[in-house]
Amino acid sequence: MGGQGGGMIDGWSVARALTDPASVARLDATGWTRLLSAARALSLIGTLAEIMADRPLPYPAARVLADVRLSNQAGLRQALWEAQCAHLALADYRGRVVLLKGTAFAAAGLDAALGRSIGDLDILVARDGMDQVEALLLAAGWEWVKPDPYDDAYYRQWMHELPPMIHGERDRMIDVHHTILPLTAGPKPDAAALIADARQLPSGLHVLSPADMICHAAAHLMADGDLSGGMRNLWDIDRLVCQFSAKDPDFGDALAERARLHQLTAPVARALRLAHRLFGTPAVWPIRPGVADALFLRRITAVDGWGRKTRKLTRQGFYIRSHLLRMPPAMLARHLWTKWRKGHRG
Amino acid sequence: MAPGMRHACFITVGPARFRIGSDWRAPIDQLRALYADYPMEEVVPDFTVRLQGTSALRRFVRPQVAIAGDFTLPDALPLPLEQGLLAAEMAMNLQMALGWRRHLLLHASAVSRQGRAVVMTGLSGAGKSTLSALLAERGWRFLGDEFVLLDPDSGNIAPFPRPVSLKNEAIAAMEHEVDDDTRFGPVLRDTPKGTIRHLRPRTEWIEQMARETRPGLLLFPRFGFPRAVRRMDEAESFVRLTQASTNYVALGERGFDALTHFVRSVPACAIDYATGDEGVELVERLWSEQGAKWGDRAAA
Repeated sequence: MGGQGGGMIDGWSVARALTDPASVARLDATGWTRLLSAARALSLIGTLAEIMADRPLPYPAARVLADVRLSNQAGLRQALWEAQCAHLALADYRGRVVLLKGTAFAAAGLDAALGRSIGDLDILVARDGMDQVEALLLAAGWEWVKPDPYDDAYYRQWMHELPPMIHGERDRMIDVHHTILPLTAGPKPDAAALIADARQLPSGLHVLSPADMICHAAAHLMADGDLSGGMRNLWDIDRLVCQFSAKDPDFGDALAERARLHQLTAPVARALRLAHRLFGTPAVWPIRPGVADALFLRRITAVDGWGRKTRKLTRQGFYIRSHLLRMPPAMLARHLWTKWRKGHRG
Repeated sequence: MAPGMRHACFITVGPARFRIGSDWRAPIDQLRALYADYPMEEVVPDFTVRLQGTSALRRFVRPQVAIAGDFTLPDALPLPLEQGLLAAEMAMNLQMALGWRRHLLLHASAVSRQGRAVVMTGLSGAGKSTLSALLAERGWRFLGDEFVLLDPDSGNIAPFPRPVSLKNEAIAAMEHEVDDDTRFGPVLRDTPKGTIRHLRPRTEWIEQMARETRPGLLLFPRFGFPRAVRRMDEAESFVRLTQASTNYVALGERGFDALTHFVRSVPACAIDYATGDEGVELVERLWSEQGAKWGDRAAA
């Protein structure tokens, strides 16, 4: 009879557990099973594990989360080591090397790093330094991942980053960005300002300024992918806003100024609203409900107690939308046609 | 809101707890039969595995089982529904290989006697699985044919006695060895690894699967070669075992400490043997030689 069950849960239950850890006290074994699967599918199990670290939990759940914390530790160490390796490889590059996303949070010791899974190493460098950075990385053992000439040409002409590279010995990927949105997308963030305003860490590496970190996370949420990482992205934003606004009461104003500069006011406003709804993130801007917010939240929280992404139609709609945001329709058609002919899936 | 998966079961093997969900009944029924002696009550699992249709239509028309769950490989090919049991087994292996952190995982088989384990590792097809199954029918306790779980704190081995996955010629050999027909699973033909049939370990070894044991001997067996025995030093054992471990890198320092302690605490040999009987005899001989030394040390 174990076949049923796994129904009544979605991202909201995970959000609840993260923001109100005491609420898990009423979970039974089935409830825990579903919560853990949903959190894993949303890439938030690492965060859940850290938040629950000091709580008395039923043993079976505690031992699963203890394992996750071991993975967190190893992942954190690996991510920081990878950043250091890239830093060494780029010693001859005179410009700033700006860490992005998870590695940046970890290197800067921000709350957003707590339990966050970190995949690839993402760095931002000036566009006119890309050739040198590429050459230095290749010389230090990184290799191209996609040998396909169409993909390679596509990246170089239209994307905001080099085609991904992987390190031959350490098996870790690096994404080298020169701005934070594809060149085909509508908004044109001021990449030079991002780099000029970056903050130096004791290691000599840089991270984005607080306001720019939020702008980047919001740009990422709105333009990248089909929102499948939406919950994790909004959690990043929640942690960053909480920390920055606690330190600086005028943080909302600073953020408004930078969002305007990067043409990202609307995406940042939406990200703040969604994070506020989902996690109760402090409202650093006045919150006015947005038209499609409910649809976004429906998509972002779409997961069941078996870790399956639910709500197929909403998902496909967002997949097409994610492409429309990145490129005009005729170009999209050409792109999908080429991909389809080559037997790729999108 | 989507309902749960249509069919599901829970299986505990050694320290690992699995939840397996399926779009079809058959793979779950086969699992229930094959794992009849294992604990199957609902628990908060370490891993969730999903056997799901590749599309709504393909659930009924020449159905294909896609492997999904907590940990997946992006390029894992689906299997036909007749091989659903194999898909479940592969998915469970994958969860262990990619997700387990409580022990150092060695791709190896193991049996034990008098509280000391023989760990046998080697490339796929080297015969470690069949050799462990043979030994387990001839008086040895069966600890597992796929993964050996090494506790980084105690240095002990936690049994993981899954049903043995017998391939091709090994099937007939073990059918000859085992009287009890109910311990065999269905014959799975034309799988990516040829013909496969599972053999459930003796009930006593399943009942004792929570009891850890100390490592005693490390062997690198090779089936189908003229009989030969070669001592192996710690350095070579260490390097070979880093390659045989699926989570050595992920465990970081704990993995390094566990593995160095392991290769220092047990003698190691590469053994070649031409037949199953010769393999069993070699293991037993090396075991008694080693046992004599343990005896000397205990006496001294």
